[in-house]
Amino acid sequence: MSSKIKRNVLKSMIIGVLAYMGALGVPQPAQAEYADVVINNYADAAGMRPAVFPHWFHRIRFRCKVCHTDLGFAFKAGGNKIDMAKIIDGKFCGACHNGEISWSVENCALCHSGIPGQPTHFHGSTVQRLIAPAYKPLQDKDAKN
Amino acid sequence: MNHKTKAISFSLAMLMSAFAWNAQSYADEVTGVELPVMLAEVSPANIFNVNLKKPKSRNLPPAEDGIHDPENEATHSLQHPLDAYKGLPTSEYGNYVDWVKALDEGKLRPRWDRSDPNEEPFVLDLDIVRPVKASVPDVVFPHRQHTEWLYCSNCHPAIFIPQKNANQISMSAILLGEKCGVCHGKVSFPIETKTCRKCHSKPKPADWTPPLSEATLKNPWK
Repeated sequence: MSSKIKRNVLKSMIIGVLAYMGALGVPQPAQAEYADVVINNYADAAGMRPAVFPHWFHRIRFRCKVCHTDLGFAFKAGGNKIDMAKIIDGKFCGACHNGEISWSVENCALCHSGIPGQPTHFHGSTVQRLIAPAYKPLQDKDAKN
Repeated sequence: MNHKTKAISFSLAMLMSAFAWNAQSYADEVTGVELPVMLAEVSPANIFNVNLKKPKSRNLPPAEDGIHDPENEATHSLQHPLDAYKGLPTSEYGNYVDWVKALDEGKLRPRWDRSDPNEEPFVLDLDIVRPVKASVPDVVFPHRQHTEWLYCSNCHPAIFIPQKNANQISMSAILLGEKCGVCHGKVSFPIETKTCRKCHSKPKPADWTPPLSEATLKNPWK
């Protein structure tokens, strides 16, 4: 191999390493579990971290029906307007997180564990992954007007 | 073709084969083995696709997942997804767990009641076939898998009217989080190319032809 090729190989390797190191500094998108919900209706304003609800953890232990029928959770992230008063009264999360079925509300930081400043959102939802506004059928538009 | 162009193309071909020979011998020098012919290796390019997750970035522990705050001490005492998924059947999307199969195989025993572990679900085994106008296979909706997890009132009548031909469903509505998209694409299996066939599972009859558009039918010069 001639010295010129060697020099070229060395040069491209240096460029490659620099590019790789540069890429490490770029902020990475969240890689959380599919269906994790960040709930930040009131938390940030009250000086708490937003709550994170892991669907996977709960569906291993309970079927959807328990929360979405019996406990009245709507199928919408942040759509239940849950506050601590409701939880302490035994509604929503408080139906189980009462020290009897699961751990009690004293363990604030187990739920309030999200990175501050995140909006209420559903991690991995299809709507989030659309890179252009979705096509809306004409008749739906008419129905709304 | 005259002599001049022939000579140019010949010399070009010679040059290219010389380059190829050079590259091959260089590869032999580096690896010490003869490289096999590489055909259609596309995966490295797809790493840059934002919609595809690298295997290394799947099912990360809470402290590294980008939505939990690692500075919060309690984050580190939360269960890691991979610890919980041990022994469960896997899939290629969502949580990378096949939840329905896990339930069918008895690997999961999630409660049907908040406090009573012995209460059993009311399972309805009824398949609904929905013909699709386009050429994709027709949709089969299985009530069984859904009633294993959900109660009738979760879907009826607010999301789906329990009556034949009363529900207009489109993929754009689903992608926007309506109809099936209330759950699919959020919690239950996501809407990706890998999952189309899970719903669109009944092949069209052999004599099926695509329907003609209204514009074609009304065309006076047809």
